[in-house]
Amino acid sequence: MDLAATIVLNGLTLAALYFVVASGFSLIFGLMRVVNMAHGAMYLVAGYVGYAVFEPLYDRDVWYAWYAGLAAGVAFAAVFGAAVQVALLGWMQGQELRQALVTIGLSIIVADQLLAFYGGTPRQFFAPDAIFGATQLPGIGGYPTFRLVQIGVAVAVGIGLWLLLNRTRLGIMIRAGVDDRQMLGACGVNVPLIGIAVFALGAALAGLGGVIGATAQPLAMGADGRFLLISLVVVIVGGMGSVTGTAVGAVLIGLAEQIGQALFPTYSVILTFVIMVAVLALRPQGILGRA
Amino acid sequence: MTIMITRRAALLGGAGLAAGSLALPAIAQNAPIRIGGLTTLEGPFATGGQDAFRCVQMELERINHTIGGRRIEFIRESSNAQADVALARARKLIEQDNVDIILGPLSGAEGIALRDYSRTLTGKTIVNGSSGASDTTLRNPSPNFFRFSTDGTQWMAGLGRHIHGMGIRDVAITAGDYAFPYAQVFGFNLEFCRLGGRVTQYWAPLGTTDFTSQIAQINRSNAGAIVIVHGGTDGLAFMTQYAQAGGSKPLVGGSIMADQTMLSARGPHRRVMMGMLSGGPIADIIDDPTWNDFVARYRRRWANEGGFASPSIHGVNYVTNLYGILAGLRATNGDLSGNQAAFQRAMAAAEVTAPTGAAVKLDHNRQAISDIFLNRIEERGGSAVVVAFDRARAVNQTLGMPEAQFLGLGSPSRDNAGCVA
Repeated sequence: MDLAATIVLNGLTLAALYFVVASGFSLIFGLMRVVNMAHGAMYLVAGYVGYAVFEPLYDRDVWYAWYAGLAAGVAFAAVFGAAVQVALLGWMQGQELRQALVTIGLSIIVADQLLAFYGGTPRQFFAPDAIFGATQLPGIGGYPTFRLVQIGVAVAVGIGLWLLLNRTRLGIMIRAGVDDRQMLGACGVNVPLIGIAVFALGAALAGLGGVIGATAQPLAMGADGRFLLISLVVVIVGGMGSVTGTAVGAVLIGLAEQIGQALFPTYSVILTFVIMVAVLALRPQGILGRA
Repeated sequence: MTIMITRRAALLGGAGLAAGSLALPAIAQNAPIRIGGLTTLEGPFATGGQDAFRCVQMELERINHTIGGRRIEFIRESSNAQADVALARARKLIEQDNVDIILGPLSGAEGIALRDYSRTLTGKTIVNGSSGASDTTLRNPSPNFFRFSTDGTQWMAGLGRHIHGMGIRDVAITAGDYAFPYAQVFGFNLEFCRLGGRVTQYWAPLGTTDFTSQIAQINRSNAGAIVIVHGGTDGLAFMTQYAQAGGSKPLVGGSIMADQTMLSARGPHRRVMMGMLSGGPIADIIDDPTWNDFVARYRRRWANEGGFASPSIHGVNYVTNLYGILAGLRATNGDLSGNQAAFQRAMAAAEVTAPTGAAVKLDHNRQAISDIFLNRIEERGGSAVVVAFDRARAVNQTLGMPEAQFLGLGSPSRDNAGCVA
């Protein structure tokens, strides 16, 4: 019984990480209609840059090392995302295939540059003492505290995004842009600038996921492709461009992965894709997607 | 701009070489021998692959890239531990780079793919890098594939017996779901189950990074020890999450777990790895002058260029196989004519000494018979090192069992993991 509870909790904590990463992907798609194939690269670049800031501070044993790494990773990813939108994607707005190909190329270049610069050694952040170690939970016993923090971060991101989209002026403009970009522009709103802001926000979420993810699991080459794939699956299952849908998709995929690992480890990978195929067959727009 | 010049220079140089060899076919004997190095510079074993090239480069520099009066040209290529990628890169080395010999690959399933590829080649030889699936040479061997390193089953020689001798009767085995861990688990189970031990196996695909549910199951089981046959980032993820979950069972590592590729990464996994037992073709500390000399040279060469504190298992395996190639080339004076027949005969008969000081010779399948070490991870001078405390000499591929009987057990797989009483 407590084993089942642990596995469900593992699924939820993994889902939290998937949600943080995939929400950025979904956000960018929702407004910009860009399938950002470089989303995984943004995860990776934030992890490495964050680690470069984190390690020397950690060696000096200062308490804020991890937080500094987190901030650096997120900030770098946001700037990187904005730069990509300004320099590459902005002037090919509306050409989906071209943008997808450009972002694929970009992700390959970024991954190779990171490999050349940082080498192949896997890296891992160590969470500050306050959120490291284990917490006693009723019915489960000791459970890694950091994984619980992951859930907290995901909930905060979810609520934050919901507030941003539904309660702020920027959110109103973003939602208007989803429905009719031209009309929004005609109302005097600087649509390209909003595009840059959304791209920076989406990339920052990938970066947040990168540092959190690299604290829970080793960060190494190949994580970019893995998280891009997961983001794609999560938003396809949940529904493109919907924050709630992304959350539902992440929970389904995270639970499927962990329960699959416990029950039939060899075929657990397939379970994820079975869910995706089922959703595509029965509800192609995703569980909470708009038709 | 720099790239332009380099490329132009390279083109000119290439054209010059081509013209030269056309004009004077008689100097073919003095043309360089081209060896293609194939390892994993991407994917879960990227660090191991990097170290493999370090060690090979060091040994080639030592002989000044020359053997039997011929220069050796070493061409590097990388895969990501997946068989299809390794095969594509091997084809590229043979068909485009026109290499004579391939040294590689690193990982188990890749080895089987390249063994099959080598059978289709004429006048080319593939010599293993560090891949350790047993079937690569045991079943359906290829005449063009040589392996001077021992395989995953051999590496476990003596470990199952040792764990049973400690009074442990139940173990949980967690392993990657592909050819190399099958071989390792097979080797462990063969001894452990025969003595009456019981095992529960947990498989996970290569590339798994979240093991928490598996760890939760293992920690609740009545296993007296955990045998961990993961490596690279998978191994690091497992050990980190095991440490975070507060695990405290005695640990037994597969050969690529208890290695510098794991111990040199920072993190809480180091604490739980103290005292871990393992078996394999190397250790950091082996009481042998050949090994001490090799380690000293490795440290001198690579200390300031990203090298480990001590050479990794992959580096040592690649070098052992390189020694096999060099022994063959030395015996034939670098003569690769006649579809490499004389060279292959010389390699099959070669007896080399591995960097660890272990004597290596090949069996009728061109598979190494060599020494295996029993190791324990200890703290020495503030860092974790793998210390050899026992050594089994001349372990063959069937762990001393008659070959027909061993083959009768079937091919190692997740459903046939060698646990026969």
